[in-house]
Amino acid sequence: MSAEFLIKTLLALFFLGGVLNLAGLLTWVERKQSAVMQDRIGANRAWIEFKSPWLRPVNWLLRPLNVLGIFHSLADAVKMFVKEDFMPRGADKFLYNLAPVISVVFALLSFAAIPFGNVLQVGARSINLQIADVNAGVLFVFAMMSLGVYGVILAGFSSNNNYAYLGGMRAASQMLSYEITMGISLMGIVLAYGTLGLQDIVRSQGGYFFDGWLPAWGFTVQPLAFILFMTAALAETKRVPFDLPEGESEIIGYFVEYSGMKFGMFFLTDLVETVLVACLMTTFFLGGWQVPYLSADGFHFPWGAVWLLPHLAVAVLGMVSFILKVVFFNWFFMAIRWTLPRFRYDQLMHLGWKILFPASLLNVIVTSVVVVMRS
Amino acid sequence: MATKVMERQELNFWDRTYLPTVVIGLWVTSGHFFKNLILHALHSLGLFKGIRAAVTFEYPEEARPLSRRARTRHRLTQRKDGTPRCVACMMCETVCPARCINIVAGEHPDPNIEKYPVSFDLDLGKCVYCGFCVEVCPEDAIRMDTRILDIAAYSRDQMKLDIKELLNPRSTLLYKK
Repeated sequence: MSAEFLIKTLLALFFLGGVLNLAGLLTWVERKQSAVMQDRIGANRAWIEFKSPWLRPVNWLLRPLNVLGIFHSLADAVKMFVKEDFMPRGADKFLYNLAPVISVVFALLSFAAIPFGNVLQVGARSINLQIADVNAGVLFVFAMMSLGVYGVILAGFSSNNNYAYLGGMRAASQMLSYEITMGISLMGIVLAYGTLGLQDIVRSQGGYFFDGWLPAWGFTVQPLAFILFMTAALAETKRVPFDLPEGESEIIGYFVEYSGMKFGMFFLTDLVETVLVACLMTTFFLGGWQVPYLSADGFHFPWGAVWLLPHLAVAVLGMVSFILKVVFFNWFFMAIRWTLPRFRYDQLMHLGWKILFPASLLNVIVTSVVVVMRS
Repeated sequence: MATKVMERQELNFWDRTYLPTVVIGLWVTSGHFFKNLILHALHSLGLFKGIRAAVTFEYPEEARPLSRRARTRHRLTQRKDGTPRCVACMMCETVCPARCINIVAGEHPDPNIEKYPVSFDLDLGKCVYCGFCVEVCPEDAIRMDTRILDIAAYSRDQMKLDIKELLNPRSTLLYKK
């Protein structure tokens, strides 16, 4: 019992540590990727260097990081922590302090159900590389993501500021509109694989099409759902093409009255949600920890070659593949964020209710018919 | 004249799904991204330094190339013996639209040269960099080719250049680099 507890704690620490570090790095990625995309150099003036001759070798190690500007994330954190923590007069003290906590906690809780590797055999014990194997994992993730919206709404509601209130209202309506599409588009995946557990969904994606050439990952089975889910999930992260709740140029948004680390928590939530959506996309549509042509005992290539690998190597390859896919989606979402302009509000509602929603319904109907016909 | 009626362009089905335009946009930005990323990587290995990966000039370390005709901070040219070529004819002071030049003339010991500037003060706080003083000078005594652009001071008085600084740019204490 206690060993089980220890293993779960270690898994949680490992995964959440990775997620938070990735989210922290995303601030750097955001700066640098936008810079490289726009023919700029980007932030590179946060510089850590030691004057003492004893520490010269450390300087050598720090230099590439300095040149790349990685310490800007650190400088950000320092800035957030030492800033004045301001609360507007007339704000609801309890809700005002609660809102950022709700945002962050529910964004992080969703990761509990995401499998980041197959079962790992250590001696006689088999460890499922997933923090909590919820058998209705899809519902759990959706519940957590929906609860996260409360943080945003409460922030707008409790700040005693009309612009924050507007931002909160916008967030509420946008989240509600897009969560429906998100849920219904995922019904296609649930129907196709016949399970709500995330680990089972990933395992079901281990098959192949065309005589074993094309891995049967989610996006090959459900291409329309892939696009619909990605759009709706991007809207859930409240980042640029869908940043109406924030609306930097007009209303600043639901966190207009927040400062210091409380603002930082909202900021972090956006990035954590980007990582979360990348994880979900990977899990549902890009085969999670599946590596093409890799089975439990090694590679079985479609042209007949076989390369056997020990169990540990297969498990590690699975985790690496999961991480690479998540990193790819993070890159892709950043590229979208720095490419597209913001929607107008009526365009946003039009896209959500008149295009994505009917399309997702159509997807469910077609998938159901196909599933029934095949069974 | 007949009125030209412009057809309002209606969006077709694919335009309304936003997908093709999103893909085109991503194609353009990713093209820039990967091209610049590869160039940055090659630069760090010391290759292809001639092709720039970014349009940024990191200013204090790297000066931006200036046009040959760029008007920068003024200087007074010198004769071979180091005295100013200026003959205190007051042309520049007269033409200056900002009235930033103030010359005090003195009798020159050489009978071939009529006058010389006892003091030549130029207030950069007033100067508009029009270059009229350079154009009007009959002796080619004032030029604006020092390539000094970083003109900053803590007070208006410090913006005033005297004849010493004008003859030898960046020689006096305040303007030393």
